[in-house]
Amino acid sequence: MEYHLSTPLSKEAVASLRAGDVVYITGVFIVARDKAHMRMAEYFKGQKELPFKLEGAVIFHGAPIVKKEGNEWKIVAIGPTTSARMSSLEPAVIEHGVAVIVGKGGMDNTVLKALHDYGAAYLSMTGGTAVMGARMVKKVLGLVWEDLGMSEAVWLLEVEDFGPLTVAMDSHMEDLYENVRRRVAENIKSMHL
Amino acid sequence: MSANMEDKLIEETVIALLRRAVATLPGDVLAALEASLLIERNPTAKRELSRILENVREARACMLPMCQDTGLPVFFARMGFTFPGFEEAVARGVRRATEDIPLRKNVVHPLTRENTGDNTGKGMPYICYSYEPSDYIELIVMPKGGGSENMSALAMLNPSSGIGGIKRFVLDTVVNAGGRPCPPIILGVGIGGTADECMALAKKALLRPVGSHSPDSSIARLEMEMLHAINATGIGPMGLGGDTTALAVHVEYACCHTASLPVAVNFQCYAARRARARIYRDGSVEIGGE
Repeated sequence: MEYHLSTPLSKEAVASLRAGDVVYITGVFIVARDKAHMRMAEYFKGQKELPFKLEGAVIFHGAPIVKKEGNEWKIVAIGPTTSARMSSLEPAVIEHGVAVIVGKGGMDNTVLKALHDYGAAYLSMTGGTAVMGARMVKKVLGLVWEDLGMSEAVWLLEVEDFGPLTVAMDSHMEDLYENVRRRVAENIKSMHL
Repeated sequence: MSANMEDKLIEETVIALLRRAVATLPGDVLAALEASLLIERNPTAKRELSRILENVREARACMLPMCQDTGLPVFFARMGFTFPGFEEAVARGVRRATEDIPLRKNVVHPLTRENTGDNTGKGMPYICYSYEPSDYIELIVMPKGGGSENMSALAMLNPSSGIGGIKRFVLDTVVNAGGRPCPPIILGVGIGGTADECMALAKKALLRPVGSHSPDSSIARLEMEMLHAINATGIGPMGLGGDTTALAVHVEYACCHTASLPVAVNFQCYAARRARARIYRDGSVEIGGE
């Protein structure tokens, strides 16, 4: 199936996504990687309100190359970063209402369980495709936690028909990466090295 | 040529090399990606490969960085001659390229994690030297992305493990990496030497054109067998399944201690960016796409 969705994403829309489906998203992306996830964890712990809303939101694992033109930020290139690094910090983020995670390479079992428990999904973007990524960003809406440095700060982006994204881990405990890993383990067994 | 002119020449060449490397994939890598799309049977993998090719072509057409991770500044320098200030000139080129192209600022202190802000710092850019008498300096840049570099591995095997042990370690490392290093990958494998030399061999192996084979026939056979095994795993582009997991396996070797069998693996994502220049003593510069 192919879906064209808008943020904020509804529970129903996310529940209908199945591993292998293709998705395009219009709306707001919250770009957050390693340090931003660590800071979000601190905020949760101190019960401090985040400077952006997670309810029905999309978290994008990435860091853009940006350029300042006058007073406006322009995205030169943006693609996904390896999601696995954020695995231990993601369940808390999902618990706080995030509907969709976009990244590459997949995440661990604790994340899969959180996706299931809170009705969220993990979508894979083709790694490195940063020129195409930048084309789908219409506007930089905001820059948060600038002190983390440009590669680690949180960017709020307005995107249009951002995709194709592959549903890789859905809210029904289906995990494409795990399926591939299982097949790979089988394939290796029969190899004579 | 005065020392000042040499400095300036290196600096400008570094900028030109980085500009070329981040925006244009070498022809051999592009050809390997195109060939893999033709034989790939998995529909998801086909979509991933098409998307990759579309992005790579767009990047070249607009001269924009194909991936937002413009990597660490890694250089290979073959020095026919040298002059004081060479390293500082390379660093200045990296700093200016970071602002001009622009590149993403990736270089941080390993403990404080503080970003140096200009892609240089202690030990960065990383320059790997070799000496060969000539009237030029050959400079190759290989911007190295973090996702693939993070999957690097070294094993000090028992010599009795033999070729089977080498293959097993390489395959296990690739399977463990799964989709994280952005497959289809190019795999650099070092065999022999000391631990550090072995890892350097694995990285140097990534400089070879995709599709080339080791001149040593037993090593060339190992390369082909490992490529076949890796693609038979079914990991596929981005770890989503498929026939295309690696575009090439390149092995470089060195003799080692009779008690040792070091094996090193260095991953390269499909965006195998590199550019090469020759800077002649008379001030002329040749930039090859390679």
